[in-house]
Amino acid sequence: MTVDSMPIAANGEIELPVAPVWQVRVGTPLSRAAAIAGVAIVTVLLLLPAIASRNLIQDLIFVFTMLALAQLWNVLSGWGGLVSVGQQAFVGLGAYALFATVSLVGIDPMLATPLAGLFAAAIAAVIGPLLFRLEGPYFAIGSWVAAEALRLICAQFKSLGGGTGMSLSPSDLSHMIGLKSVQALFGLRPAAGRDVLIYWIALLLTVVVTVGIYTFVRSQMGLALAASRDNAPAARSVGVRTDRIRYWLWIAVAFATGMVGAVIYQQKARISPDAAFSVTDWTAYVIFIVVIGGVRTIEGPIVGVLLLWALMSNLGKYGSLYLLLLGAFAIVVMLLMPNGLWGTVAHRWNLQLFPTRRRLLRSDPTTSERNSAIDR
Amino acid sequence: MSGLDTLIEGVLLGGVYALFALGLSLIFGIMRLVNLAHGDLILLAAYLVLSATTALGVSLVASTLLVVVVMFVLGFLLQRLVLERVIGDDILPPLLVTFGLSIVIQNGLLLTYGADSRRIQAGAFESMSIAIAPGVSVGLAPLLALLTAIVAVALMQLIFYQTSLGRAFRATADNPQIAQLMGIDERSVYAIAVGLSLAVSVVAAITFGIRANFDPSIGPARLLYAFEAVIIGGMGSLWGTLAGGIVLGLAQAIGARINPEWQILAGHLAFLAVLMVRPRGLFPSGRP
Amino acid sequence: MTALLSVSALDAFYGDFQALFGIDFELEQGEAVAVIGANGAGKSTFLKSLAGLVRNRPDAIRLAGRDIGDSGAAKVVRLGLALVPEGRQLFRSLSVEENLLVGAYGGDRRSPWDLQSVYRMFPVLQERRRSSVTVLSGGQQQMVAIGRALMSNPSVLLCDEISLGLAPIIVEDIYRMLQQIRDNGTGIIVVEQDIARALRSTDRFYCLQEGRVTLAGTPADVDQQAIRSAYFGM
Repeated sequence: MTVDSMPIAANGEIELPVAPVWQVRVGTPLSRAAAIAGVAIVTVLLLLPAIASRNLIQDLIFVFTMLALAQLWNVLSGWGGLVSVGQQAFVGLGAYALFATVSLVGIDPMLATPLAGLFAAAIAAVIGPLLFRLEGPYFAIGSWVAAEALRLICAQFKSLGGGTGMSLSPSDLSHMIGLKSVQALFGLRPAAGRDVLIYWIALLLTVVVTVGIYTFVRSQMGLALAASRDNAPAARSVGVRTDRIRYWLWIAVAFATGMVGAVIYQQKARISPDAAFSVTDWTAYVIFIVVIGGVRTIEGPIVGVLLLWALMSNLGKYGSLYLLLLGAFAIVVMLLMPNGLWGTVAHRWNLQLFPTRRRLLRSDPTTSERNSAIDR
Repeated sequence: MSGLDTLIEGVLLGGVYALFALGLSLIFGIMRLVNLAHGDLILLAAYLVLSATTALGVSLVASTLLVVVVMFVLGFLLQRLVLERVIGDDILPPLLVTFGLSIVIQNGLLLTYGADSRRIQAGAFESMSIAIAPGVSVGLAPLLALLTAIVAVALMQLIFYQTSLGRAFRATADNPQIAQLMGIDERSVYAIAVGLSLAVSVVAAITFGIRANFDPSIGPARLLYAFEAVIIGGMGSLWGTLAGGIVLGLAQAIGARINPEWQILAGHLAFLAVLMVRPRGLFPSGRP
Repeated sequence: MTALLSVSALDAFYGDFQALFGIDFELEQGEAVAVIGANGAGKSTFLKSLAGLVRNRPDAIRLAGRDIGDSGAAKVVRLGLALVPEGRQLFRSLSVEENLLVGAYGGDRRSPWDLQSVYRMFPVLQERRRSSVTVLSGGQQQMVAIGRALMSNPSVLLCDEISLGLAPIIVEDIYRMLQQIRDNGTGIIVVEQDIARALRSTDRFYCLQEGRVTLAGTPADVDQQAIRSAYFGM
């Protein structure tokens, strides 16, 4: 800009252009509405045991725990780029840690749950560096092999039932903290009361996991991770400590997954290595939920788990035929909508209930317009 | 001499694992695709041979040839109709598709054949043994499995290094876009690769289908052994895959000798140990 | 006489980004034409469009009277148009000889270029026929890349920045060989940043700037100033 081209106002004074103000925004009107709806839904779920049947409570425990597992897998694989086919390892480790502490040491299941998470996290901290030497497909298979090895090791412990497994005795479970209060509140027998207590724990865990993941993804670290996934050397060159962030994410996910495993098996009260480390139950279904719903979105797994629940409730009775159809359904959806159901819809109509993208807003003080400039 | 027995057993077992791994090595090496349904496809081949020999009453050799052709065509179609549409930079769609395929095949086999264990009948051949040295005899079937593995690897090497198809495979694996500039249509190349992989899997299916009982659920375990053999051996080398299979077989045999319950675990631990010391495998070919 | 290769109103897009705007271009039988321009002008995109790596309208590109604009690369090379890609891009797992042989995969014609004639033109490649291509010098790699493209016996050879990273004396050799290739009847399009080199070796030239043809003609008829302004757009 030269002196000749600076604007001169009518009164002869030179107008110096004022610099525009740039702001980064994430929230949208839709997302604010969704947040309010979310709080309402969680409140309803909280109060549900007052009127729900035991079947529904048990179904919802399944839904909550699967959703938690899915969100965790999503953040690890979708955002973190660590596509693992071995997360069932941490479900199993958490479950076995719970059974060990409850049945052998006599700790209350409520307290044992975070301990189970810590155990899973510790194992993750150790095997992480080994597995991280692998990339892409090698990492996927390597994590599966690690899970299998852990399954076989757990099967060696006769005190925990060996290869056939064991059950938690009623006495182990009857003294759970809060159980008496729940029984009194709803007039339930111990088994049903335990289900309600576990239902609340599962709901709490799922909400915390979802909100925690959403916060992480929106944070600086989440952005750094997305950058690393897109272009690792470039990210490193601007100072992103990819390896550290990934390692801590891996451990955090293992911790949460372990706790979810502990909750799941508290409710089942019966464990076996094949069940606790099942790749179908804890990984295949999880991947189905995340990818069919829409990877790298918070909404996707929610859509996915509701879909899986619907399919399972209505078709589950057909056994092998149901599983065959589920597999075929997964294939067809992937061929037609690789971004998943929610992913495709969100892309088409630009919807985000949990917005993770940053928008760059520019406001020029000289004008009263606000323009949406760049979408990250 | 139990030490020698263990060694022989490990090597022979390794031959079977090498055959599992060969088909996987083809698809993974050329297309960078992790075919999670690989083990289940081997099972499918075994069941098809079973049906051909029992229901159609065809001889084992003829059944094998028939099923090889069927599986080649199946693989070709699988690639052209399904896999081709999800291959790309994103690893997740092919992962879910092949996972889905694995579940479809397992449950399809379950519905068709039931959950009972089966075996392919090969008559007296199954239990014959042959003396390879004074005082040392081995089962004929396992020995032939190992020899088949060696022949299969040699054949693959021939195809890869002495034919124009093989050059097309390797060029496409290196750089699919530039390979197009040579007139190589990557879709055809991939389809042939998948077809070939499935055809080789038939041979793998026979080797274990004769010796051991199988049922629809054991596919995923075969997949893991195949992958372990490929990774232990090192990517890009077919003889390496054979070596990887043998190392795995030996690890399992030694583990089984210590405690029969530890057979599979010993294999997994050996795999993880190799990863720790040599992440690129024992005999990598230089190309990642 | 109708041109061997003719391009009309070629647009090229990478996703939403438009790289070429309405390019018109012609190559006659046996001609050598240069395409010059600064980095990012669209020269490589132009060659990739011709080679079938970037899809287009069917009638945007015509080769020997056939519409090839929407044909894929594998088909285009069979029809007689071969690209020597930027940066050589040899197959690392293949030896020198195997790289040459794979170039013949799509060719239906078998003359005049086969292994023997390529070795006659590039004797050093025959000496190193079994080596891995990764241990060759830059100039030798460029020879392999050109030889590989010749093996499909193209009627049009596209050369994308073949002098990049090579010593001037090597570049001299390579351009001399291009002359030989021309004498054998193949039309040539060279994309070059080295303007002087390009104009010395060709009959005509086009200058691209930000995806558009800003100047075209014969080297003799055009002066330095005109070229400079067309090149830089000033």
